[in-house]
Amino acid sequence: MPLGLLSTDAISQRAAAAGLGEIARKVFEGERLSREDGISLYEAPDLHLVGALANHVRERLHGDKAYFNVNQHINYTNICNKLCRFCAFQRLPKQEGAYVMSPEVIAEKITAQLSEPVTEVHMVAGIHPKLDYQYYLDILRAVKGARPEIHIKAFTMIELMQIAHVAKRPLEEVLPELIEAGLGSCPGGGAEVFADRVHVEGYHLKNTGQQWIDTARQVHEAGLRSNCTMLHGHIETIEERVDHLDRLRLLQDETGGLQTYIPLSFHPENTEWAHLPGPTALDELREIAVGRLMLDNIPHVKSYWIMLDIPIAQLALSYGSDDVDGTVVEERIYHEAGATTPQEVKRAELIQWIRDAGRTPVERDTLYNVVWEEPALAEA
Amino acid sequence: MSTTAIQDPAGPAPDQEWVAPRASAASSGTSAARLAPICDKVLSGERITPEEALILHEEADLLTLGTLADAVRWRIHPEPRVTYIVDRNVNPTNSCVTDCGFCAFYRRPGDPEEYVLPREEIVAKVQETADLGGRQILMQGGHHPRLKTDWWCDLIADLRERFPQVNSHALSAPEIEHLSKLDKRPVEEVIRDLKDAGLGSVPGAGAEILVERVRLIIAPRKTTTDTWLDVHRKVHEAGLRSSATMMFGHVETAAERIEHLARLRDLQDETGGFTAFACWTMQPDGVPQEEIYPERATPGVYLRVQALSRIFLDNFKNIQTSYVTQGVKMATVTLRYGCNDFGGTMLEENVVSAAGCFHLESVQRIEDAIARAGFTPRQRNSWYGICDERHKGEGVPRSAQEASCEITAGGAA
Repeated sequence: MPLGLLSTDAISQRAAAAGLGEIARKVFEGERLSREDGISLYEAPDLHLVGALANHVRERLHGDKAYFNVNQHINYTNICNKLCRFCAFQRLPKQEGAYVMSPEVIAEKITAQLSEPVTEVHMVAGIHPKLDYQYYLDILRAVKGARPEIHIKAFTMIELMQIAHVAKRPLEEVLPELIEAGLGSCPGGGAEVFADRVHVEGYHLKNTGQQWIDTARQVHEAGLRSNCTMLHGHIETIEERVDHLDRLRLLQDETGGLQTYIPLSFHPENTEWAHLPGPTALDELREIAVGRLMLDNIPHVKSYWIMLDIPIAQLALSYGSDDVDGTVVEERIYHEAGATTPQEVKRAELIQWIRDAGRTPVERDTLYNVVWEEPALAEA
Repeated sequence: MSTTAIQDPAGPAPDQEWVAPRASAASSGTSAARLAPICDKVLSGERITPEEALILHEEADLLTLGTLADAVRWRIHPEPRVTYIVDRNVNPTNSCVTDCGFCAFYRRPGDPEEYVLPREEIVAKVQETADLGGRQILMQGGHHPRLKTDWWCDLIADLRERFPQVNSHALSAPEIEHLSKLDKRPVEEVIRDLKDAGLGSVPGAGAEILVERVRLIIAPRKTTTDTWLDVHRKVHEAGLRSSATMMFGHVETAAERIEHLARLRDLQDETGGFTAFACWTMQPDGVPQEEIYPERATPGVYLRVQALSRIFLDNFKNIQTSYVTQGVKMATVTLRYGCNDFGGTMLEENVVSAAGCFHLESVQRIEDAIARAGFTPRQRNSWYGICDERHKGEGVPRSAQEASCEITAGGAA
C-alpha cells in the first residue's frame, strides 16, 4: 500500500529520516512538544515537512475550514510614550502627524461602514499619557451608540494597564466597567517577545513579558477572551521564541481564555530597527507552523494577511493556520512600517483566496460563531 | 471564475468554474490513494504521464505539490544555488497586427501611440545595461507590419559589434514566423540570417497556452500551437537555444495546462534545445478585451501550476520564477516550489507592467532575497552557464558565443 506524502505513516517516515521521528509521534498522539522539540522544528531544513506536521494538527482541529471576518480597524491615537524601537506608528505629542480621534470621529467612522456587514471593530492605539479614563469609556460607548450589535475587540494589555493607571484603580475593578461600556474581547497585540533581554533592548518602557501575561490572566478572569501574538524576525533568538510560545501555552493551561495565536512579522521600514531585514516569507510560513505545533491548547492560528501579504496568508492555510483575519478597513500601524498590502479587501476576494487554497471559507464573528458558511465541497 | 460566458469559436467552453481540491483530501481517502502512487513515481525519479499530472493538478494540495517539486528541484540541482541574469528588456516597437485581447502593451499601426525606437535610443539602453554588467538584452515587441528580417539583422549585428558581451536574446517564435511572412521565405532562412547577425538565443514568449481552442479565443491572429513548436524546433536545429513559457489563469482548463506542458516536454525530448521554462499568470488590468477575462488568478493557483511544471517537465533543467508578476516575496517561496532561477533583473519592463503589474527589483534586492531564502545567488548567462566572479565550481561557457566573449569568470578556463 503506497503512502502518498501526507498520510500519518508517510509523514512519520519522512520525519524519522529527518531526525524528527519522536516529534511526529508526539504530534500524532496528541502529546505536548517540549521546548527542545520547538527548537528542532525551527532548525529543521525541510519546511514542507514541518508544514505537513502542522497541517495535520490544523486539519485535526478544523478540517478544511478557514475562518475570516468582516471587520474594521480604528487606531484611535498614534501618540505614544513607549518609544518601542520596532514601531513606525508612534508619534510624540505635538509631533507632526500626531492625532487623537474624538469619540465623535470614531462614531462617524463606524457609521460610515453601516452599509457593510461589519461584525467587529478592532480598536488599538498608542499609549497616550494624557487621555483620561473617561475617554476610554466614551469611545466604547461611541462605537456601540453608532452600531449597537457590533463586537468591540479593543485594548491590548499595555493599553489596559494604562487605562487602570489613569483610572487610579486596580484593573479587576476597571474591567467590568469597560465591559459595561461595550468591550467584548481583547486583541493579542503587544506581546512582542516575552524574554527580558529583548524587552530591555527593544521596548524597555513598555510592559514586561510577565506583566503582559498577568494582565491577560486578569482579562480572562473577568470573563473576556483574548488573542495572543509574537512579534518575530528582529533581534530575538530561536530559544526566546520557544520560551515565548511555552509561556503562552502555560497561561492557556491556567485560564483557557486565549482564542487565537497570531505570529506578527516585524516590518523594519521607518523604525529604529530599519537596518534589520525582517523575516522572509519562508520564515513566516515556518512561524505559523511552529506556532500551530507548540500551542496545542490554543484553538486557532491566524495568518494575518495585512502583515504577511495576501499570498503568504493564503499559502499559510497549508502550514497550520486556519484564519486569515478580516476585510479590515483602514489599518494604520503596519502601513506606517512599510506594509504594502491594501487597506482593505473585498469579502469576495477573501473567499476566493481561501477556496484557491483548498479550504472552505467560514465567516465568523469575533468569538468564532459562524456568520456564514459555504457548503462543504463534495467528497472527491 | 466562470469561463462560460465566452463565445468560443472552437467548440464548447468548459462549463465548470475551477475549484481547488479540498486540501485535506490529500491526507486520507480516495484522493490520497490516487495520489500515492504518483507521488512515489515522482520521488523515485520516474516520469509521470499527462493523466497523472492532471490528477496532481486536480487532487493534490499545495503541500504535496510543493514537497514533490522541491524534491525534483534538489535531484536536478543538488547545489543550493539560485541563478539570475543581469538583463534588460528592450521593446523596439509596440506596433502590432495581431490584436491579442490580453495584451495592454501593443498599439495598432497608425495609432498615435505607436512607436519604433530610434537606433540611438536602443543603443543607449544597451549601453546602460552593459555598464551595469548586463549579459542579455531581451528584445521583443509587436509584430510590426513593415520591419523585416533585414531590419532586425542590422540591429542585432550593430549591438553585437558594440557590446560583444551582451547577448541578444530576441524575437519570440510568433515574431520569427511573422518575419518569414513579411520576407515571403521559409522560417529556416530567417533564423539562419538572424543567427549569422549575432542572435544568441530565442525567448519563449508567445506560447500563451499551446492549445488551439484557447488560442482561437485569446490570440486568434497569432501563431498556432504547431507553428510555435516548429519555430522552436528549427531554432534548436540551427544550434540556438531557446526558453519556453506559459501564460495561464485566463480561459484555459486544467487539462489544457497539462497539454501545454506535454507539448513542451515532447519537443524537448526531440531536440533538447530548451534551456528553461517560466510561467506566469495572466495580468488582466486594462487589457483590450478585459471583459472576457476572469479576475487575476490568486497566488495559490500560480504556485500550484508552478510546482506542477517542475514535477512534469523532467527534461527541463531550469525553472524560472516570476517575481515580476508575483512579487519578490512570493518568488522566494517558489524557490521551495521547484524554481531554481530568478529570471532577469529586467532593468526595464514594459509589457506586463502595462497590464497593472510592476514588481521590478534591483540586483541587490534579488541577491538578498535569494540569499535570505537560504540559497547562493549566482549570475548566469543566457544559456544558464554561471558567469560570476564568486563562483568557484564549474563555470564553463555554455555556447560558442559566450566562449568567444572571453569574459567568463570563476573556474572557467
